[in-house]
Amino acid sequence: MVTIETPRSPRSRKHAQWEKWGWLYMRYSGAVLLILIFGHIVINLLSGEGIKQIDFAFVAGKWASPFWQVYDVLMLWLALIHGTNGMRTIVNDYTERETVRKALNYTLWIVCGLLIVLGTLVCVTFDPCIDQAMRASLEVCKG
Amino acid sequence: MSAETKKIGEIPSFKVTLFVRRFNPEDGQDARWQDFDVEVFGTDRVLDALHKIKWEQDGSLTFRRSCAHGVCGSDAMRINGRNRLACKTLIKDLDITQPIYVEPIKGLAVEKDLVVDMNPFYQAYRDVKPFLIASDKPEKERLQSAEDRERFDDTTKCILCAACTTSCPVFWTDGQYFGPAAIVNAHRFIFDSRDEAAEVRLEILNDKEGVWRCRTTFNCTEACPRGIQVTKAIAEVKQAILRGRA
Ligand code: HEM
Ligand code: SF4
Ligand code: FES
Repeated sequence: MVTIETPRSPRSRKHAQWEKWGWLYMRYSGAVLLILIFGHIVINLLSGEGIKQIDFAFVAGKWASPFWQVYDVLMLWLALIHGTNGMRTIVNDYTERETVRKALNYTLWIVCGLLIVLGTLVCVTFDPCIDQAMRASLEVCKG
Repeated sequence: MSAETKKIGEIPSFKVTLFVRRFNPEDGQDARWQDFDVEVFGTDRVLDALHKIKWEQDGSLTFRRSCAHGVCGSDAMRINGRNRLACKTLIKDLDITQPIYVEPIKGLAVEKDLVVDMNPFYQAYRDVKPFLIASDKPEKERLQSAEDRERFDDTTKCILCAACTTSCPVFWTDGQYFGPAAIVNAHRFIFDSRDEAAEVRLEILNDKEGVWRCRTTFNCTEACPRGIQVTKAIAEVKQAILRGRA
């Protein structure tokens, strides 16, 4: 049997699997974000009194419910990783020097990680009683 | 021309202006636009206008062409900002009230005028192993059902003109992306029931510079002179990689 030798060895095989998972993540997170973001816009900006309703009390009201805490944490994680991975794609497209590319991508993921940690902390440990008006009106803040 | 002097069956002719992107590596100058006025017929293609320039006005104008009938893939160029075969683009179909801009395809190094270095393009093609890989001896025909043939029929039509790859903005960024043409030609074997190396090619294209760089802009599909559904072929390869088989 005659076997044909590879005419040329294939190009670099770096981060092969990572790119596949990145591609899939952009699609699945995009689909979920579509629902979460429009839900977020409808609840916060369209229903009830519209944009005028958003104040400390409105946020405190939402985060009193575990449903909105989970909703917002999920949206935070999905959108930040989605946006950062999208920015990584753009950085990889436009940078010419490897050092610049690395620096920008590391910066992106560090900022993303910080925002995720801070955002999640706010959603999970939110204390409505830090507000003066809240302390006066809410039962849980008394005592 | 008056009605009497006009011969029966005569093809109307008109004047067009072509702006051709010129580059000569030997004169030390940057690439520049040069305009030519050409008298052409309604049946003429951009290639005919380029011939008229080369044969009647400026013999130094350099471009590739071979078959002149849309089968060899030599004369892909950027005509009014779109990648086309000069031999398949009728001048009358362009907006001839404006000059026609003709420049080399983008993303590959220009060697002279409209001639680019096609080697990186061919290298990506070679990298996907564009040949039948089968373990049995070819003593008789390898039969295939009409349905099995249908799966890759579209991608057999490629003439390797590079119009698709050089219309792709991802390829323009750094020229490292395999590009639509290499993926089209991998598709042609990946989905061929007689071929046994689909997994090998899928693994090659599951690369940092492989199918995942495609952003679905459809420039390739728009550019292909063979009407190949290039973006669809790329999507089918992505799906096959996710499935792990053809
Ligand atoms: C509304 C729901 C959203 C959907 C359905 C969605 C969908 C997608 C998809 C499918 C891609 C990949 C495009 C490709 O590979 O060609 C993408 C890319 C991207 N997305 Fe989203 N996305 C959404 C929200 C967001 C949000 C909230 C952000 C910002 C935080 C964002 C930032 C990006 C960026 C920067 C890219 C990269 C763009 C590029 O590749 O040129 N997206 N999006
Ligand atoms: S797929 Fe079409 S545009 Fe691309 S190289 Fe083949 S024939 Fe040319
Ligand atoms: S010259 Fe052969 S395709 Fe145009």
